[in-house]
Amino acid sequence: MFTQWAGFVPGEWQKEINVREFIQKNYTPYEGNEDFLCSATKRTEELMHKLNNLFALEREFGGVLDIDTQTVTSLLNYKPGYLDKENELIVGLQTDRPLKRGVNPFGGLKMTRDACKAYGYELSRKVEDEFQYRTTHNDGVFRVYNETTKAARHCGLITGLPDAYGRGRIIGDYRRVALYGIDRLIEEKKKDKEAIGEELMDVDNIRQLEELFQQINFLGKLKEMAEMYGFDISKPAQNAKEAVQWLYFGYLGSIKEQNGAAMSLGRITTFLDVYFERDLKNGVLTESEVQEIMDDFVIKLRMARHLRTPDYNELFGGDPMWITEAIGGMGEDGRTLVTKNSYRILHTLYNLGTSAEPNLTVLWSNDLPENFKRYCAKVSCETDAIQYENDDLMRPKFGDDYAIACCVSAMRVGKEMQFFGARANLAKLLLLSLNGGKDEKKNVQVGPVSESYTEEYLDYDKVITLLDFYRPWMAKMYANTMNVIHYMHDKYAYEKTQMALHDTKVHRYMSFGVAGMSVLADSLSAIKYAKVKCIRDKETGLISDFEIEGEYPAFGNDDDRVDSIACEQMELFFKELQKTPLYKDAEHTLSILTITSNVVYGKKTGSTPDGRKAGEAFAPGANPMHGREKNGALAALNSIAKISYEYCKDGISNTFSIVPEALGKTESERISNLVALLEGYFAQMAHHINVNVLNRETLLEAYENPEKYPNLTIRVSGYAVNFYKLTKEQQREVISRTFHQSV
Amino acid sequence: MLGRIHSFQSMGAVDGPGLRYVVFMQGCPLRCAYCHNPDTWDSSSGTLYEVDEVVKKILRYRPYFQKNGGVTVTGGEPLLQIDFITQLFKRLKEEGIHTALDTSGIGCTDTEKIKKVFSYTDLILCDVKFLSEGGYQEYCRGSFKTVCSFLELMKEQKKPFWVRNVIVPGLTDAKEHIQKLGAFLNQYPDLEKIELLPFRKLCLEKYQTLGISFPFEKVPEMKSDDVKKLYQYLDRNIN
Repeated sequence: MFTQWAGFVPGEWQKEINVREFIQKNYTPYEGNEDFLCSATKRTEELMHKLNNLFALEREFGGVLDIDTQTVTSLLNYKPGYLDKENELIVGLQTDRPLKRGVNPFGGLKMTRDACKAYGYELSRKVEDEFQYRTTHNDGVFRVYNETTKAARHCGLITGLPDAYGRGRIIGDYRRVALYGIDRLIEEKKKDKEAIGEELMDVDNIRQLEELFQQINFLGKLKEMAEMYGFDISKPAQNAKEAVQWLYFGYLGSIKEQNGAAMSLGRITTFLDVYFERDLKNGVLTESEVQEIMDDFVIKLRMARHLRTPDYNELFGGDPMWITEAIGGMGEDGRTLVTKNSYRILHTLYNLGTSAEPNLTVLWSNDLPENFKRYCAKVSCETDAIQYENDDLMRPKFGDDYAIACCVSAMRVGKEMQFFGARANLAKLLLLSLNGGKDEKKNVQVGPVSESYTEEYLDYDKVITLLDFYRPWMAKMYANTMNVIHYMHDKYAYEKTQMALHDTKVHRYMSFGVAGMSVLADSLSAIKYAKVKCIRDKETGLISDFEIEGEYPAFGNDDDRVDSIACEQMELFFKELQKTPLYKDAEHTLSILTITSNVVYGKKTGSTPDGRKAGEAFAPGANPMHGREKNGALAALNSIAKISYEYCKDGISNTFSIVPEALGKTESERISNLVALLEGYFAQMAHHINVNVLNRETLLEAYENPEKYPNLTIRVSGYAVNFYKLTKEQQREVISRTFHQSV
Repeated sequence: MLGRIHSFQSMGAVDGPGLRYVVFMQGCPLRCAYCHNPDTWDSSSGTLYEVDEVVKKILRYRPYFQKNGGVTVTGGEPLLQIDFITQLFKRLKEEGIHTALDTSGIGCTDTEKIKKVFSYTDLILCDVKFLSEGGYQEYCRGSFKTVCSFLELMKEQKKPFWVRNVIVPGLTDAKEHIQKLGAFLNQYPDLEKIELLPFRKLCLEKYQTLGISFPFEKVPEMKSDDVKKLYQYLDRNIN
């Protein structure tokens, strides 16, 4: 037994890699309130001040402070970097200097080149040469894509595909580094490799063996990377500070290696609390020192960066990393998984100022301690920086040691991973169905040719028949495209560090997505309950606009007539996706989540039968369309709560904005009412909610004078962003959203 | 039984305790100069609903009511449709839902009927707009006497209630008015809370849409912070 484990309750976790059991046997649930929390120390304040200056400089430089165009990012390619070497408690930067971004051409060389160019840099000859004889993920994908996929991509029927950058949404179990040390992890992987090596050498096993080779190789590099910073992580961490440092090295290695869209952290706070409790008990640390370590750790997370192109930023606005941390939740044995450390990580929003990263996600259960519920609500009202996901809904499916990747994607930590599937545009599918498979904007044939809709008015049954013809085609094309992408990603940009921090045998999800759900539902509702006249373009003959006569029930008013349409369409699309077998036998899942791509999707989509004009933004995620909620906030929540998680197991995102006055007259009332709102919403087995408590006027002011609001954080579909980091177009869309304000 | 309803608001957080489903009844006998719902005045418009239909809608929000939330009926003036409200509240009480009646106290003079609706009402939110017959006549086209009888009836029936008073700059924002209000209300032991509501002009658009002139269009909005200061002049602390 390792001496580093002294004081821990022993168990199976010592014989096998089993972090969950370690937590269950050793953690201390906390049901008290926030009074124990300590404010930032002088050291923390000074460090944060220094970082805030760098953030200001980064803003001044147009969003990117510096790029190292000479060095391809990986674990050992940069000298150690520091924010303030003498004063940092937790160390390690992605490159040799704070906020300097590396280049990562493994996903695609052109994207890297364009990203450099966008910020006034040029990718070095050296890197260009190195990659001349190397296949990138993007090269691989385009060697195989068929014409249909290319056309669907081109017109925006499917968008945001991870075919030119890292797919992300994989969560390494970074806790393993702290609990076991690298040597033990290597030992386990070697055992697995030996065992598989004796089996039949079919394609799957050969591939698995090569992947294991890479995992072992990168675990070695991780150890070396830590050595460069003066730490030996071959053995388990022996105190809390080391545990945070070891764990952070695991994460750091991953973001040095990969530029995945979402590089989430997992579920680390309660795990770390075990170490903090041990040190507090032994008098090694005081509460103030514990908070200081957490503050320092979060400072490091706030410095994580990837280099992106402006195109990418349009889809995923605000320079996000999705360093998502799942906080709280309940254990399968009925004890809460809330610990003091759950409070501490939320408290960093006060000690360091509010921030978009890490993406703090509260796993909400109606059984959570009342104190914690109220504290979360308070933090929401004061910072707009946290989101909530329904633990009572996810725990039965994922156990009590799952985490959230990106915004809403649940997976068991270290045991499951997902293939990120971007999203398909449902509004466009409808228009394509009416126009015989042609794209309404570009007038090109995308889907199979069929007769266009010929009548003047849209007939519900006839439209449904057309959708039923094009939906299977799109689902199959979409699934096949994803198969190509993930085969190639594994082949050319495999996540060596992150997968080394998983069990060798993992369960895989392939997570498809949709945008424009509420546009589709409202369109079909308009066709069914009002009269919708087609307007055809004189030149092309394509149906390019609509006139609505009469009124129709819109999604977001708790009206079953239209809500049932939304539910039905999601079920149909999911079941259609399931018909195509997936790469590595992945399980099909589906999300309703747009990030900020609802703006781009809207731009690429013609007028729709619900009255939305060409180019207008879609609502984000599963939200009702802007301004169509006529019965107040809870009615909108009730509509969204009806969408079945059964068919959308990758998440149903809802962004909720309310002005403070509409939530209650006093702070205490607002907190109680927000708790009641969350309880009522989640009791109906809704999945997710982003909470913003702020005035539209504040946003308008920040829109006009961004320099005055450098830290204004808001929640958008599934994550938080600094408002100023959004494009002006995205900012306008956020402002135009429904702010529940009836008083 | 049918009720004429202007609209529903699924999330009310400022009309009674907790989260509340708010029913806006159509029709009002008053014409308050600062009214922010002029679209609820006309007793012949709105949509007709059965009690059961409304109950069915409300039950969808039960998960949000928790310990102290529930339903608030406002308007318009709910007392104009007292039979409907009585039926509705009776059904809600059968379901164990907290009921609040937001009223001006003017709209029904049948004491027996009022007592009946009281028996199904957990909380009354009563507007006391002015403290004189003149004020009511000039700015509301109503009578202070009627309000006083309503207050007496609440006292007699021992109904818990809150009083709400709209603070209009130059009209009801003086220290003397607030002191007088506090003194006047001292005679009611079941009064739980006095809410001073700042005059706002968010309703201007509604007036324009309806083509009616807004009498207080030129009056400036009341600042929330100034209203907060007025609470000190209420001689008992019921907030």
